[in-house]
Amino acid sequence: MQAYLAEYLPILIFLAIAVGLAVVIVAASLLVARQRPDTEKLSAYECGFEPFDDTRGRFDVRFYLVAILFIIFDLEVAFLFPWAVALGDIGLLGFWSMMLFLGVLTVGFVYEWKKGALEWE
Amino acid sequence: MGFDLTPVLPELFLLVAGLVLLVVGVLTREGEAARVVATLSVLALVIGSIIIAASDKSPQLALGGHYVADGFSAFLKILLFVGAALAILLAQGFLHDRRIARFEYSLLVLFSTLGMSMMVSANSFLALYMGLELSALPLYVLAAFDRDNLRSTEAGLKYFVLGALASGMLLYGCSLVYGFAGTLSFDVLADAFGAATAERPPALLPLGAVVGLVFIIAGLAFKLAAVPFHMWTPDVYEGSPTPVTAFLATASKVAAAGLAVRVLMHPFGEWTAQWQQVVVLISIASMLLGAFAAIGQANIKRLMAYSGIGHIGYALVGVAAGSERGVYAVLVYLAIYLVMTLGTFGCILLMRRQGQYVEQISDLAGLSRQRPMAAAALGVFMFSQAGIPPLAGFFGKLLVFLAAVEAGLTWLAVLGVLSSCVAAFYYLRIVKVMYFDEAAEPFDTAVHPAVTGITAITALATLFFIVWPGPLLRAAGAAAAALVR
Repeated sequence: MQAYLAEYLPILIFLAIAVGLAVVIVAASLLVARQRPDTEKLSAYECGFEPFDDTRGRFDVRFYLVAILFIIFDLEVAFLFPWAVALGDIGLLGFWSMMLFLGVLTVGFVYEWKKGALEWE
Repeated sequence: MGFDLTPVLPELFLLVAGLVLLVVGVLTREGEAARVVATLSVLALVIGSIIIAASDKSPQLALGGHYVADGFSAFLKILLFVGAALAILLAQGFLHDRRIARFEYSLLVLFSTLGMSMMVSANSFLALYMGLELSALPLYVLAAFDRDNLRSTEAGLKYFVLGALASGMLLYGCSLVYGFAGTLSFDVLADAFGAATAERPPALLPLGAVVGLVFIIAGLAFKLAAVPFHMWTPDVYEGSPTPVTAFLATASKVAAAGLAVRVLMHPFGEWTAQWQQVVVLISIASMLLGAFAAIGQANIKRLMAYSGIGHIGYALVGVAAGSERGVYAVLVYLAIYLVMTLGTFGCILLMRRQGQYVEQISDLAGLSRQRPMAAAALGVFMFSQAGIPPLAGFFGKLLVFLAAVEAGLTWLAVLGVLSSCVAAFYYLRIVKVMYFDEAAEPFDTAVHPAVTGITAITALATLFFIVWPGPLLRAAGAAAAALVR
């Protein structure tokens, strides 16, 4: 148990340094720097302009849909690269596992296509 | 171990059926799709149940030991599949009337059932979490299925946010247990913590593992809607479309209860004394809150939410017993609960005035004069839920209380009996409103045959359980014996 916990010692040290550094930086700016509060310093900043309108504006749900569909196929590619590299080692089981995964994705693709999720009109 | 997929056949079948039906649904004409996919989904669930019934009941590992098929999982899976099939059938008329008849409903139920089926067969924390999420994600969507309805979307969002929180707690608990045991597998866990052997008695669980176990119980209690993790239940039950509420109240709870029993009895079965107090606490709190909070409800779906919380409290009495008798009692209780609850929701779906579904308890007034059969059925369900002999609900309660007494928890059984006396008040109030209050407006006479049929069958099953209880009791006994070895 002791040896096992010792493996995590670097993480503990890293955490201690991270927290310590953050505290030091904030405390130093509070103690050393000159304080001149101004409401302008707290206002929203947008490339030197006053903000044009609220950031929580509505946007077309289709952007969201496209983003989600993109992520699905993006992940598929992220899976395919290591699979292709390791294909020699993982054998038939690895090959068919990926084919199954692609098959499931293809069913999803047929569904979204037929549902018209890809049309912008 | 090999790569034998035979034990996973029911799940594989459901998965393939779900994927094929997704394509079938989207290729079928708009007006037909919902009906076609619903019919085929019910067929798939029935075939799935037949596969399980016909399969070998001896424990078989698969998928690298993460999955186990045994008598316990087979019993629960058949319950789940039947519950899901009835939830699909109950929904068709409702969805059509509300103009939200989309074929995705049946598919979401199907995929959620697949997840629940994985849950009750989980043999490691990885499989447990995967099954739980696969069952929960479709449920979030189902709760918000009536998406133009503010209440329904609110229900979906609430369920999602709180469900994610519960998943986080569960995962944290799993990671703690893994950190102290060094394994995820249920089979290895007990040995890793020093289970009893011929030479030595069982060691105490390390403190960290106990904390982890409590987090796991908390995560599962959320899925079970047990106090103090019940807050989402009334709002989600009220907001969701009624058939979805029926599915949430039955299949989802049965799966979570099955999972809780497996986790507590299989890897942690040696340490009953160390988790018993937590389960007892949750059980008492659920029974009492279920009994008292339901009294003030005016909406029948909210009332069913509190009633469900109470029922889970009674089921947990059996879990707290921590014996084979206890597991047996829980399984019988869950089966009876599933039938009663589906029937009650069938009755709620029969309440329509001028094409609108009504859900206030006061709307039930005069039901006995206009629809005597529906009133009689709802009366049977209410008496049964109150636990009045000779109806089925009485036997479920009797068995869990007996198991608790045998395990030396007599005071818990006494508390259970007292709280079920309180609960009887609000069940009987519904009967009083139906039979003695004057109706304001007449109910619609046009009813959907599937809803009527399900209500009638479940009512008869509840009424005549006493005549032919053998098959259910024997099946539950075999399932409990398979888990507690």
